[in-house]
Amino acid sequence: MAKSTPATSKGDTYFTRLTAICSMITPILMAGIFLELAIHSWPAIKKFGFSFLYTQIWNPVTEQYGGASSIYGTLVSTVIAMVIAVPLSIAIALFLVELARPGVSKVVGTMIELLAAIPSIIYGMWGMFVFAPFMAKYVQPALHGVLGFLPLFQGPPMGLGMLTAGIILAFMILPFICAITRDVFQLVPNVVKESAHGMGATTWEVTYKVTIPYGLVGIIGALFLGLGRALGETMAVTFVIGNAHNISASLFAPGNSIASTLANEFTEATTSMYISSLIELGLVLFIITYLVQVLAQFLLRRMYKSWSVGL
Amino acid sequence: MMKPRPSTGRRFTDLMVSVWSVISALLGIGILIWILVGVIIRGAGALNLSFFTQLPTPPGMAGGGLANAILGTLAMTVAATLISVPIGLLSGIYLAEFGQESRMADQSRFSSNVLMGIPSIIVGVFAYTLVVIPLGHFSGYAGVVALAILMMPVITRTTEDMLRLVPNTLRESALALGAPRWKVTLAVVFRAAKAGLLTGILLAVARISGETAPLLFTALNSPYWFKSLSGPTPNLTVTIFNYAVSPYDDWQRVAWGASLLITVSVLAFTLLARFALRTRR
Repeated sequence: MAKSTPATSKGDTYFTRLTAICSMITPILMAGIFLELAIHSWPAIKKFGFSFLYTQIWNPVTEQYGGASSIYGTLVSTVIAMVIAVPLSIAIALFLVELARPGVSKVVGTMIELLAAIPSIIYGMWGMFVFAPFMAKYVQPALHGVLGFLPLFQGPPMGLGMLTAGIILAFMILPFICAITRDVFQLVPNVVKESAHGMGATTWEVTYKVTIPYGLVGIIGALFLGLGRALGETMAVTFVIGNAHNISASLFAPGNSIASTLANEFTEATTSMYISSLIELGLVLFIITYLVQVLAQFLLRRMYKSWSVGL
Repeated sequence: MMKPRPSTGRRFTDLMVSVWSVISALLGIGILIWILVGVIIRGAGALNLSFFTQLPTPPGMAGGGLANAILGTLAMTVAATLISVPIGLLSGIYLAEFGQESRMADQSRFSSNVLMGIPSIIVGVFAYTLVVIPLGHFSGYAGVVALAILMMPVITRTTEDMLRLVPNTLRESALALGAPRWKVTLAVVFRAAKAGLLTGILLAVARISGETAPLLFTALNSPYWFKSLSGPTPNLTVTIFNYAVSPYDDWQRVAWGASLLITVSVLAFTLLARFALRTRR
């Protein structure tokens, strides 16, 4: 570098240091969140031990807390969301990249992205006042009629419950999975696709046998990203899941999730053990979503790196 | 045997997949429209002058509005933006200009990405343990902390991406004129990436202005005028939650009005962000 006066090089040193310190804030925050949650849930961890994870009793009066129903609800609603969102979002990505004309693709793509911009609480309002009655009136009776022999689809069609929560979660994570899957489809070199077309393959065969295997790591990363979103989604779920500390075989029954329990009970919690137990639930959710996110980042990073297109 | 064209069976599969794709896309659009129309129909009736100028009234009493909650939400959003924008921009500068491929930068990038996916309610719990417990009461500052934490990684990552798009020749020519690195970054590179940086900030604001979960047990809510951030702070999203689950029709109507207001502003910020980027390129 050219000669510079001492004053400017000093300014540069300070500036570089300042930016470096700022960039260290996020890693420190991550560690801080973990530590704070661990410290404040310590009384509950000490009192209930591992049984917290598989005990269903949640009784503020007797000070007995077990997070099983919340953890169960989080997992079940997420599974429902993934089962619905994955085929939908991959199909939409396929539509946007391979089928639609550029103009149509742009408009539809923007609309799907706007789904991600709608705040969670709006999904909650819509879910409770518009979608849940729709579920109770049309979808649940139909499911009960066709698949009623399964314990999953038994019980009164109330609208609110695990199934409705899962479906709304699916709508919410769909744009996230779709956006990355679309990128992946677009990043597959045209030469590769064209050579498959040249062999006489149909569009679906090209996608299924060439594009998807080529971008598999990225698509799995996208799925994990969606999974992480679904696990921690709070307000939409709180509005429609029914909020009962209850594990039921039926998907029509009300339940709860970790996030919805926190949202509902945190301000009402009076005793320190109650708060500590709620924070322990938060810690469980933090650890699960952290692992899912790390895995997602790892996969996406590997894909982008191997395709050398930058982060 | 030579097959010049796909057989009927394979073409049928292909057709079915195409049909499924189109149906999925229509479903996605349909849900967006269903939500937007639902919010507009139910919310439009609740929006009037008193909605923007009055305090909330008890159920059953006519009139009233959410002026305090609107102010509170604005105040918290502005405060969170003021905290997170400088930190986010500076840390984005480090990642793009100085840290680049170093281990420390990699660590920071990774944490930012992971933090973006951590549920907002967890950040709320963190702000609760960090601010509310030591203070002994709910406080708007705790809400601001939670919102700022949620904004930071968004701004950092977009800043880095946008700065990396600025061609190196620009930096080199400024350095060749004898400008120090910090001046090159702030005066030349920033100017070149202006629209992109604005996009990042707008996206971050859009992300938090509809957030509810991190405010539930930090800022809480309040039926009184917004005075300072040091106590429970009225805000739109928690009001929507409280009013929606209440059994009163008039409160539910107000909740729809607030929902419409939030939806419109968030979508406006999002579209503005996209637009800012598009005019640039």
